Amino acid sequence: MSTAEFEDVMDLDIQGVEASTVHPAGPTEMESRDLSVWFGQRKVLEGVNIAFPKNTVTALIGPSGCGKSTFIRTLNRLHELIPGAALAGSVLYEGKDIYDAAVDPVHIRLQIGMVFQKPNPFPSMTIRGNVLSGLKLSGMKRDNHDEIVEETLTAAGLWNEVKDRLGNAAGDLSGGQQQRLVIARALAVQPHVLLMDEPCSALDPASTLKIEETIRGLAKEVTIIIVTHNMQQAVRVSDYTAFFLAEEGTPGHVVEQGATTEIFGNPQEQRTLDYVNGRFG
Amino acid sequence: MELRDLQSAATSHRGDRVFTRTVAGAAFTSLLVLAGIAIFLGLQAVPAFQTQGWAFLTTTGWDINTTPPTVGIFGMLYGSVLLAVIGLVIAIPASLLLAIFMVFLSPPRLAKVLTNLIDLMAAIPSVILGLWAFYILNPTAEEWQVLLNKYLGWIPIFENTSGNFLGTPFIAGFVLAIMMIPIITAVTREVLSRTPPDLINASEALGCSLWTMLRYVALPYGRGGIVGGVMLGLGRALGETIAVFFVLKIVFETNWDKIIESGGGSVATLIVSRFGEVSGPLELQLLLAAGFFLFVMTLIVNVIANLIVSRTGRLQK
Repeated sequence: MSTAEFEDVMDLDIQGVEASTVHPAGPTEMESRDLSVWFGQRKVLEGVNIAFPKNTVTALIGPSGCGKSTFIRTLNRLHELIPGAALAGSVLYEGKDIYDAAVDPVHIRLQIGMVFQKPNPFPSMTIRGNVLSGLKLSGMKRDNHDEIVEETLTAAGLWNEVKDRLGNAAGDLSGGQQQRLVIARALAVQPHVLLMDEPCSALDPASTLKIEETIRGLAKEVTIIIVTHNMQQAVRVSDYTAFFLAEEGTPGHVVEQGATTEIFGNPQEQRTLDYVNGRFG
Repeated sequence: MELRDLQSAATSHRGDRVFTRTVAGAAFTSLLVLAGIAIFLGLQAVPAFQTQGWAFLTTTGWDINTTPPTVGIFGMLYGSVLLAVIGLVIAIPASLLLAIFMVFLSPPRLAKVLTNLIDLMAAIPSVILGLWAFYILNPTAEEWQVLLNKYLGWIPIFENTSGNFLGTPFIAGFVLAIMMIPIITAVTREVLSRTPPDLINASEALGCSLWTMLRYVALPYGRGGIVGGVMLGLGRALGETIAVFFVLKIVFETNWDKIIESGGGSVATLIVSRFGEVSGPLELQLLLAAGFFLFVMTLIVNVIANLIVSRTGRLQK
């Protein structure tokens, strides 16, 4: 089945958003090697090998509980903050193991930003304060705060809506605006990679579309890894897709990965085909 | 067009009406009690205030044998505030650190044990605390104060010219701190443990240390609640009588700033110390008048506290 046929079958609504084209696989920005993850005694991921080419968007799909969110939390060392968390294998960022004893996790988290499922701006700060909060919290020094605020809010597609009220409380914004504010906040520390854990699951369709446009725009400069339950979203925004599955009683693993057009249009595995066609999950 | 009545109680469910009235009644009862106390004390205070005039509030002394008696409670009002401030200076940092430890650092089981212990601390009757302070704390703290005086004596508040370090405002304030710590800690712990996990996630993902997370996320989030807890503690400190009575050497002077010099006072201890040997109805009225002004001062402190709480809601740029 070709991509076009596939879109017909799925009746995908991709108007207004360019169907993504596969970027030529450039150098690898990040990669997991034989990664297994535990919560206490429970193994939740086994043998995950995925490479993320620089300045591309990779979608992680799969049913709930298959370990996608856990996986991206290992990529910026947030996983280890959970009591009882353990891990084997390695995560390479720009060729170096981020779990190396000499690596400062704070440094890693600044280079590898994250956007969560629910918008989480700091309610006690203004819009401007939120954008700059990463600098303040991490003690990072950057000049020209006004420029940073305008630049990042523009990149996040929020500037025009908030430029006249930067001093207002972040809580006054709508959910979709808050999520874009949070993206701007993540961008202000100039990360090379942006992890997004179902960033649109709490948003309405119009806001979702805006965020997707933002993601496509950002992919020119940042490597994006996005967890999504929305198949159409994966098709719209991603260059590559990895399909995770945790079959009964076994830890989650990657069933199939590759160019998004391939995974959705011509999957090699029956389970992938069933999942992307909505037969389970 | 005629508007239909949607708001009046008559249109609502009968059970709700009964419930609403019961609850409102209970709420008004507490207001009535408050007003009753204020009126009773106020009425008693009027004659005393008439004989003394403003000197009652601006001078310090308690000589009942002159006609009219020359009494003034300024030093005692000031003493109440001074003791409370000393207590807060000790209790606030201790409580915050304790709460932060329990919420963010300690293993959950230890946190549980600590929580129970601290709640127990709040349950110690103040007379027991007073006895303990008299026999144990007073002589122990004497040595701390000698050290304070030795090394920090150049700061005016740590001066001591008499060489007597017993029965000082510092010790009384310390006892008050012990009474405030469980209250402030319990409230702060509760508030901090409600910091939304989303915000903690956000700050972790932004490369925050525990300190910056506390400073910019958890503490601002819990600010209102923490100030509220401090005010609860302060309310207890201002009115605390018996524990202070045990340890403080009561003198009718205004010790402006000598916190480790023997002698001090507070309105509550003044009342309890005179009440047992009151010389007649006039002195009783004078004591009730003192109580009235303690009551007024507590109200003022609470109003100021509310202002602080509403002002601290300001946004961080």
